[in-house]
Amino acid sequence: MSMGAYIAKRVLVSVLLCLGVSMLVFLIVHMAPGDPVMMIAGLDTPPEVVAAIRREWGFDQPVYVQYLRWLQRALRMDFGVSLASRERVSYMILSRLPNTVKLNLVSYALTLAIALPVGIYSALRQYTFFDHVGTVLTLLGLSMPGFWLGLMLIILFALNLGWLPVFGMGTWQHYILPSIALGVSQAAGIMRMTRSAMLEVLNQDYVRTARSKGLAERVVIYKHVLKNASIPIVTMMGFRFAYILSGSFIVEHIFAWPGVGRLAINSLYSRDYFVVQGVVLLTAGMVVTANLAVDVVYCWLDPRIRYD
Amino acid sequence: MVRDSRVEQEYPDVGWASLVWRRFRKHRLALLGGTVIVLLYLTAIFAPLVAPYSPFDLNPARRLEAPSVAHPMGLDEVGRDVLSRVIFGTRISLTIGFVAAGISLVVGVCLGALAGYIGGLVDGIIMRVVDVLMAIPTFLLIIAIVAAVGPNMLNVMMVIGLTYWSSYARITRGAVLSLRAQEFVEAARAIGGNNAQIIVRHILPNCLAPVMVLATLNVAGAILIETTLSFLGFGVQPPTPSWGAILTTGRVYMRRAPHIALFPGLAITITVLAFNLLGDGLRDALDPKLKV
Repeated sequence: MSMGAYIAKRVLVSVLLCLGVSMLVFLIVHMAPGDPVMMIAGLDTPPEVVAAIRREWGFDQPVYVQYLRWLQRALRMDFGVSLASRERVSYMILSRLPNTVKLNLVSYALTLAIALPVGIYSALRQYTFFDHVGTVLTLLGLSMPGFWLGLMLIILFALNLGWLPVFGMGTWQHYILPSIALGVSQAAGIMRMTRSAMLEVLNQDYVRTARSKGLAERVVIYKHVLKNASIPIVTMMGFRFAYILSGSFIVEHIFAWPGVGRLAINSLYSRDYFVVQGVVLLTAGMVVTANLAVDVVYCWLDPRIRYD
Repeated sequence: MVRDSRVEQEYPDVGWASLVWRRFRKHRLALLGGTVIVLLYLTAIFAPLVAPYSPFDLNPARRLEAPSVAHPMGLDEVGRDVLSRVIFGTRISLTIGFVAAGISLVVGVCLGALAGYIGGLVDGIIMRVVDVLMAIPTFLLIIAIVAAVGPNMLNVMMVIGLTYWSSYARITRGAVLSLRAQEFVEAARAIGGNNAQIIVRHILPNCLAPVMVLATLNVAGAILIETTLSFLGFGVQPPTPSWGAILTTGRVYMRRAPHIALFPGLAITITVLAFNLLGDGLRDALDPKLKV
């Protein structure tokens, strides 16, 4: 299989995945208690008006017809109208998406800037003091709930010391605490993976060969070790990117960040199901795309994978 | 049991279980994690004896009082003792973590074994469901489902358990595929063993190591999700003392009474850390090459 065919196959699989996810999402919202027609119409609407709305919105059709209609509209980014604010769901999501993306990118950049060098250095200095401290911090970072860390950061740096704003979005200072709260567990995961991937490569015979033929340590590390260790690291980065998108919901909630996550949680509180449906579907789409991107980057990084 | 040849070189004359125990014992942090877990379970079981006060006794006159000798973790917004509530919260988190991980394990191992053993269409369907579950941000999915089916302890356990079985299915399927073709399975079939017997008696015991490690780490993950759900109000409902719910109050009063948010979070971190340490140690002892 050529690289083009491989990528085409992966794209096809991703599309099928998105279809599967859309079915799941549709069914969940369908399971929810309460009649959506009554929510649209309000409780004291005359029965004939309710029936008319039911017909007009297609709620009188069998489930699979409803699903297909919904999917058809969803493909055109039409997720319906919010039950609470009567705004278009697609508009509500898209207007908040840039804020979420900004926060996640800042946090992700911060994560990589810390996790990659520390992970690489820990592996190169295995079992030193630096490595032990790194391992303990990694485990702590993986075990701490992000929302609690967020609260502690607010209490310490915003409320007591007064160095940083408590919540909202505006100046660059608003980014600091939420990025840390979001990034710590991601950084821990990537650091751990980087360290073990590096260690695995460092023990390979070809690294010993490279050293014994007199290559400078810098060349060995950059040309042989890093390049080979990068494959699992890139996978991890892709996975973590996916996690970061779903992890930012709770952090946005705590810091009142005007993003998609806060929208989703507020919509869950107000049982605004069409918004929830739209957010889950869109986030899942982004995650699937991120995974697809990882696979394509793979092809470029490692020619061996191309033909499977 | 399939034995690790390196293990037998290390200790040629003892059984597999004692080898694992020897390697595990050397792992100090894992022993620490295990000890903490045992203590946490004892705390959960004997909560009424351990807790200095009732977790429900109100004392509005002393609401939001800071930690003192009588109340080491202070008092909450209606004057309940935070320490006692954290102690009783152990019950919720450990139960949900344990049961949810158990559900994932049973569902994942069964479906993975079926997929690997039967193959064909069954395999295709099960593994596509696994792909879907792995592709979506499960946390948002979990809140959405719990919000839809109603937030209570049983639903939280069921939903977390039924969402996180995909890794078990993948591992078991892989193990079954590689074991199915081996001689000892063929021998079992030759002497007349049926499929169910072969899977349960011969194949599953050989997937035990990765599954145990995964389950331990899975308890940690389930506890994190449960506390997050409770924090958002989609988990166990007040007045039942749960760590997440205490943190919700802590967020409201974080300016006046930061102690309410501090301690339940520490409890979560210590518990999750203990399970992670134990999981890491088990992995190193059972099979150092394992990637879970």
